[in-house]
Amino acid sequence: MKVEPRAVEEVARELYVRALKVLPPDIKEGFGRLVAAETDATAKQVLGTMVTNIRVAEDTGTMLCQDTGIPIYNVFIGRGVQIEGPELKEAIRRGCERATREHPLRSSVVHPITRVNEQTSCGPGIPPIHIDFSDERDELRIEMVPKGSGSENNSWLRMAIPAEGIDAIKTFVVDCVLEAGGKTCPPTIVGVGVGGTSDLCVALAKRAATRPLGSTCADAEGAKLERQLTEAVNMLGVGPQGLGGDSTSFAVHVEVAATHITMNPVAVNMQCHSARRASASITPAGVEYGF
Amino acid sequence: MAHHVLTPPISEAQVRALRINDTVTLEGALFGIRDANQIALFDKGRTTRFDLHGAATLHTAPNVKKVPVSTTHPTGYASVCVGTTTSARMERFTRPLLELGARIIVGKGGLAKGSLDAFAELGGAYLAIIGGTAALETTWIEAIEDVDLDDLHPESIWKFRVKGFGPLLVAMDSHRGSLYDAVNRASQARRAQTLARLGVK
Repeated sequence: MKVEPRAVEEVARELYVRALKVLPPDIKEGFGRLVAAETDATAKQVLGTMVTNIRVAEDTGTMLCQDTGIPIYNVFIGRGVQIEGPELKEAIRRGCERATREHPLRSSVVHPITRVNEQTSCGPGIPPIHIDFSDERDELRIEMVPKGSGSENNSWLRMAIPAEGIDAIKTFVVDCVLEAGGKTCPPTIVGVGVGGTSDLCVALAKRAATRPLGSTCADAEGAKLERQLTEAVNMLGVGPQGLGGDSTSFAVHVEVAATHITMNPVAVNMQCHSARRASASITPAGVEYGF
Repeated sequence: MAHHVLTPPISEAQVRALRINDTVTLEGALFGIRDANQIALFDKGRTTRFDLHGAATLHTAPNVKKVPVSTTHPTGYASVCVGTTTSARMERFTRPLLELGARIIVGKGGLAKGSLDAFAELGGAYLAIIGGTAALETTWIEAIEDVDLDDLHPESIWKFRVKGFGPLLVAMDSHRGSLYDAVNRASQARRAQTLARLGVK
């Protein structure tokens, strides 16, 4: 299947706007579960306002949150897909810039030293475009995550050592949730990376934080850790917006990679309650949008 | 737990009447402030032509679009999506902002002890809005009345006219009350129990 860069550009533009306006169904269902279980009166009200906001956004076509985030694109190239790599990346960048100018969206991206905003949502290295491959024949899948700064500013890496064991990982996650408090716009999805190198560990945490609710870690030990940590962080009472309550996190997600015999790295990256993402599948039949 | 409707300019007596867990609805002028414009004002010596005496301020940088100048859009900007950002980054600007005369900060996630001291000494309060609910918040914005330091766009200083902006929760008051302190203390107290549940030795 040959894919035209123009089609990719259009999809990249559309995905940014879609992601900002419609929350995925798994997150909405997550809200339903939290509202039903919450026992704190203030927290119930806070969750109620969040649910109302989701409805207002859909009814009025307004963005869920004003933070247009750092635009992230994850690309999965299936078997038989033909497109020039550099053109693919350039098309995504153009689509991202067009969404910003044409909607218009707030450009939340600045040069890290001059702090100059080009008003394009783009800059050196931004948007991050992660390329991977899939087994699907004749499918180019693109996932878009506008990653808000409130949650992204609360990211941590700890290069623990083997002698500290699994306890270091568990303690670190609990302490990160305490330190984040209300700053990450809880209820959050807490993404935990375990193992790998330092950079891989942080990437795993991001992947975990942006996974759909209800999905589980493919590694059995990782999945067990997810269950334990989800229960634990919701014992802390941080609550929605850090104002107290049972609903601190929708879930803790864990992703794992093998690591060095001398290493025990752990990273935490959080996703706020506006856990936005959108996806598109480009096949010979056309473009299908989803989450 | 009283409900207050406040229309700036807000007096010291009005702001000192606010207590944590009260609720507030704002009417009239609300100034959007942010990292870059406060760095400009308080670190780089720039000034604003806005009079902030008795002002209510909001930690924000909105999504706007350019439209023809009219009576409803006097600045040539219309709101697309106005929400609230994490306040903690702007902690050290609370005191100088209050020294310019501001009385109210609306934000999300809370501020720290330096701000609580400034609220007590100078007369101010922090009102919590629900972060990430910008679609709803945008419906409370009537117009963008004015804008200053727009070279910092979108981190300009915005003067919004709001109607029924709230209810907002008084989360930090001028009597050293802070809901965030109370929750943080309680959460820290549960740390040991939580780690024990995880089997951490």
